Amino acid sequence: MNNNQEMVRANGLLKKFHNFTAVNKINFSVHKQECFGFLGPNGAGKTTTVRMIYCFLEPSSGELIVLGKNVLHNPRGIKSCIGVCPQENNLDPDLPVWDNLRVFARYFDIVGKEAEIRCEELLHFVGLYAKKNSNVEELSGGMKRRLIIARSLLNKPDLLIMDEPTTGLDPQGKHQVWETIMQLKDQGTTFILTTHYMDEAAHLCDRIVIMDKGEIIMEGKPRELVEKNIGTNVLEIYSANKEIENYIKSKNLNYEKTKTHYYIYIKGGEKELAEISNKFGSEISTLRMANLEDVFLKSTGRELRE
Amino acid sequence: MTSILKNTSWRSLRVWQRNFDVYLATWKVNFIPPVLEPILYLLAFGLGLGQLVKDVPYNSHQISYLEFIAPGLIATAIMNHGFFETTYASFVRMYYQKTFDAIMSTPLTIEDVVFGEILWGATKSLFAGTIMLVVMFFFGLLSFPLSLWILPISFITGMTFASMGMCFTAIVKNIEMFNFPVFLFITPMFLFSGVFFPLSTLPIWAQYVAWFLPLTFLVSSVRAIGLGSFGMDIFLQLLVLIVLAFICTLLSLSMMKKRLLK
Ligand SMILES: Nc1ncnc2c1ncn2[C@@H]1O[C@H](COP(=O)(O)OP(=O)(O)OP(=O)(O)O)[C@@H](O)[C@H]1O
Ligand SMILES: [Mg+2]
Repeated sequence: MNNNQEMVRANGLLKKFHNFTAVNKINFSVHKQECFGFLGPNGAGKTTTVRMIYCFLEPSSGELIVLGKNVLHNPRGIKSCIGVCPQENNLDPDLPVWDNLRVFARYFDIVGKEAEIRCEELLHFVGLYAKKNSNVEELSGGMKRRLIIARSLLNKPDLLIMDEPTTGLDPQGKHQVWETIMQLKDQGTTFILTTHYMDEAAHLCDRIVIMDKGEIIMEGKPRELVEKNIGTNVLEIYSANKEIENYIKSKNLNYEKTKTHYYIYIKGGEKELAEISNKFGSEISTLRMANLEDVFLKSTGRELRE
Repeated sequence: MTSILKNTSWRSLRVWQRNFDVYLATWKVNFIPPVLEPILYLLAFGLGLGQLVKDVPYNSHQISYLEFIAPGLIATAIMNHGFFETTYASFVRMYYQKTFDAIMSTPLTIEDVVFGEILWGATKSLFAGTIMLVVMFFFGLLSFPLSLWILPISFITGMTFASMGMCFTAIVKNIEMFNFPVFLFITPMFLFSGVFFPLSTLPIWAQYVAWFLPLTFLVSSVRAIGLGSFGMDIFLQLLVLIVLAFICTLLSLSMMKKRLLK
C-alpha cells in the first residue's frame, strides 16, 4: 500500500465570513493512514477548516481536494466515503439509540439486514449495545460521544474527521475514545482531528499543525516540534522576581516569563535546578520534560482569545 | 438556480423517511389532535352557530351551515398542517436539534434536506386531509366518491403551504418570530378566505383582496368537490396553487441554502 497517497490536500485555502477571515490561505496535506491533528486556541479556525473538508462549508477561495475529489464539484462523492464527528453533539433526540444509527445508515443507502448487522456490530464496538433502546438524552456525555463515533463509522469511511472528540469527557471516557481511535487506526483508517489537549495530540497524532488566527504557524511531528522549539526539558520557576531573572540572564538561558512564572527551555537542566534551589530556595522550581503544551503556548502566546 | 435543481434528488425521501419514523414512534400523540379538532369545530358550529345560521346560499341553492363550513375546515387543516410542520417543527430540527447539520454530513445535500422537509410537510397535510375526510364522512357532510379527490389535492396543495412555511423558516432569527407570519398571514386567511361565510357577502373590494389569499383558492375548490358541484374553475384554482408551490419551493431551497451554508 502506498502510504504517501494524499487523502486531503489544501492549497491556499481561504474562508471568509463577510469581511472576517476565519481561515487564511493555508496549505497542508494529509497522508493515507496517518492521524493528522489541528491544534490552536479558541477561534483559530480549526472547525472552519474541517467543515470545509467535510463539505459543510464552501471555501471562499483556494483549492481543496479530499480523496481525490474537489469539494466544490463532488461533495456527495466525498461525503459518502468519510465519517464525521462534529464538535457539537447532533444526535437525533427524536430517535432512540438504535434508530439513530439505523436512520443514519439509511442516508448512506445502507438498509435492511445489512444495516441491522452494521448497527449491531458498531454498538458492540463502542460498548453501547445494552443501551440500544435508550433515549439519546439519557446517555452520559461520554456515551453520546461514543454513539457519534459509531454513527460516523456506519459507511466504513476511509477518512474520519473528529472535531474535539474528547472535550468534556472524564479521564475514563477520554481513554476509551483514544483506544477506539487507535484501534481504528490500526485497521487503516486515516484520521483528521482537532483538539485542545496536547497530551491527546502527542498521544494520537503522527503529524500536527498549530493554527492561530486562521493561519498555520507550525507543522510537524509532535516529538520533533518539541525538540526543535523547546529542547528536551523545562525548568519552571513559580516565583517571578528580579534577582532570579538576573540570574537567568547571566547564564544566557532561553526563557519566557509570565506575571508569576519563569519557564526556562533547556537541555538537561539538573545543574541549573540545583543552583536555583541553593540560591533561592528548593520549593520554587521543578524540572520536567518538555511537551507539546510548551510549544503551543510559546507559539500562540499565553493570552486568552476573545 | 440550475445548481439547486441539480442538487435536489430522490435522496430527499430519506429525510421524509426519518420524519415518518419519528411520526410512527409517537403516532398516538400525532393522531388524536387532528381527529379531535374537526369534531370540536363541527360541534361548536353545528350545535352553536348552526342554530342561528340556518342556511347558506351556494351555487343558487341553499345548504346547511355545517355543510358549508365542512370543506372550509378541510382546507384549513391542509394549510395548517403543512405550514406548521415546515415552520415550527422544521425550525426545531434545524436550529435546536441540529438534525439538518447531521444529515448534511452524509451524501445528502442541503437541497435534499429542505425538499424532504417540504415533502414531509405536504404529507402532514395529506394525513390531516384524510382524517378530516373520514370524520366528515361519518357526519355525512360530503358527497362521495367525488370527495376522494380531496386526498391527492391535500398533498399537492400541502406542498404549497409547506414550501411557503419553509421560506419563513429560512429568514426567522428565532422561533418567536413565526408569530409574524402566523398572525399576518395564516390567521387572516383562516378568517377571510371563505371558510366561515360566502365571499359574496363581503364588499366587492374585499372579495378582490380575498382572491390574493392562497387559502381562498383551496377553500373554493375543496368546497366545489366536497359538495359535488365539479367544474372547470377547480382546475384553474388548483393550477394557481401548483404554480405557487413551484415558486415557493425553489425560493425556499435557495434561501435555506444561503442561511445554512453562508
Ligand atoms: N458561521 C460563522 N459566521 C461567522 N463567523 C464564524 C462562523 N463560524 C466561525 N466563525 C468565526 O471564525 C473564527 C474561527 O472559528 P472556528 O470555529 O473555526 O474556531 P475553532 O478553531 O474551531 O475554535 P474552538 O477551539 O473554539 O472550537 C472564529 O472567530 C469564529 O467566530
Ligand atoms: Mg472548533
